[in-house]
Amino acid sequence: MTVAFLNLSWPTFAEALSLGGIYALMAVGIGLVFGVLRLVNFAYGQLIMAGAYAIAYSSQWGWPTWGGIMLCFAVVLALSTAMDWLVFRPLRGHSPAVMLVATFAVAFLLQSIAVLAFGQLGTVASSIGPLNQPWDIGGVLIRKIAIVSIAIAAFCLVLLQLLLTRTSVGLHMRAAAMDFRTSRMLGVRANRVIGGAVLISGLLAAVSAFMLTARNPQVTPIFGLDETIVVLAGVVLGGLTRPISATLGGFTIGFASGILGGALPTDQSQYLPSFLFGAVILVLIIRPAGLFTRGDVAMERL
Amino acid sequence: MTTLALDRLSVRYSAVDAVRAVSLEVKPGEIVGLIGPNGAGKSSTLHAIMGAAPVVGGDIRLGGDSLVGRRSEDVARKGVALVPEGRRIFAELTVEENLRLGLAARRTTTNGDVLHDAFELFPILREFRRRNAGALSGGQQQQLAIARALVAEPDVLLLDEPSLGLAPRIVDVVFEALARIRERGLAVLLVEQRAQRTVALADRSHVLANGALRLTLGPDDAADTDRLIAAYMA
Repeated sequence: MTVAFLNLSWPTFAEALSLGGIYALMAVGIGLVFGVLRLVNFAYGQLIMAGAYAIAYSSQWGWPTWGGIMLCFAVVLALSTAMDWLVFRPLRGHSPAVMLVATFAVAFLLQSIAVLAFGQLGTVASSIGPLNQPWDIGGVLIRKIAIVSIAIAAFCLVLLQLLLTRTSVGLHMRAAAMDFRTSRMLGVRANRVIGGAVLISGLLAAVSAFMLTARNPQVTPIFGLDETIVVLAGVVLGGLTRPISATLGGFTIGFASGILGGALPTDQSQYLPSFLFGAVILVLIIRPAGLFTRGDVAMERL
Repeated sequence: MTTLALDRLSVRYSAVDAVRAVSLEVKPGEIVGLIGPNGAGKSSTLHAIMGAAPVVGGDIRLGGDSLVGRRSEDVARKGVALVPEGRRIFAELTVEENLRLGLAARRTTTNGDVLHDAFELFPILREFRRRNAGALSGGQQQQLAIARALVAEPDVLLLDEPSLGLAPRIVDVVFEALARIRERGLAVLLVEQRAQRTVALADRSHVLANGALRLTLGPDDAADTDRLIAAYMA
């Protein structure tokens, strides 16, 4: 059975949708922190890597799956909070270039720690392996993790949208992303808004870590790195300045790579990342502010 | 309600003295004008009060407390609200969301329609409450900026050139609103380029030039154009 208008199989479509969902969560995680700190957190992938190791090792220790997921959340949140306190806060107010380079340093530091502590070869998160088995949906076999990812991503994005639009802390976050200085003069607490963004960003990293580990249980020190680079391209593609445009950018690039990855023969799919980046460059030449922004967004920087 | 007092306040940006030993006082129920040419240090004075400009000398007192060295959000939460130059409304948020941002600095929690007072002062905002603020005209945006500051229920209201770029008819609306705000017992510090109107409205107006106070004028001086011009030229 095929999706008629794309001439694609349903499993490919579901996989692409789930990859788009995961990338959307990662994109909004990166976008929220960028909004309040003007900081592109290149070390986001290492947060995911740490979460993946938490799941893998808890599985080796014989923990139940939910225990591994809890540990994943604990590790990722602790790490992202530590990052905020040890790196982001001391550098707050410095130029975006300084902060970006600092996150490169953090990324390589964490990766090196993973190599030293866990070895190059990596380990397998076997406890969530069963999620890779297919469900039979009307004669079409679709991996459970694809369905689960779509559901979790949709749930998280709806929840996030409600938080941003219906609560005062969400309003403060959106305002701070648009004009931090004025927001503070209105009484919006800088530390609370930044802390909130870092916390949510960490939660999304943990959720993404779980779903990526289920898709690919082989956890190595470079786990999540490729995905983060692609998501960063997606975030830039969509537009960094607003959570919604970053989310759409992340989804678009995830969905596109899922569709193309499924459609291309194996010997050609290795060119997929190059093709994606080429497409991103083209889009940005035509729409420098991003695909999902309205006109040029002139940002006021501190 | 509390008094705002500047005591020999000095502000310096690297090598430039923006404000030199300025002293003034704004009591509850008063409008104090701060007028002077461009670059005289008017905005720097307001930014210093809001904790957003480097204070190198003197003191800023609100009631018994010093505001020097506090963060902007803490100054706002002590009861000082700023209507910034250029309005600085959030164009992509709705009118109502802009007003709700003003609640961030509110010190009391009240039930019911927290925006009622703002809508009463500027009825146009109630009509457009669901619209994006960026879709409002300049005059409506200025009303929104003032209303947003008032939603915080401040003791002290600072305004940075609220009439800038507005049509004369809208300037009337803004100045009438300021008179009503004074009646509510707020202490209002009004920075303006429109010297004559400010002097006429304010309880007293200080002329600032080169960062220092030159002259203080009362409402009766509004018609004395020669004296105003002399003060600007000094």
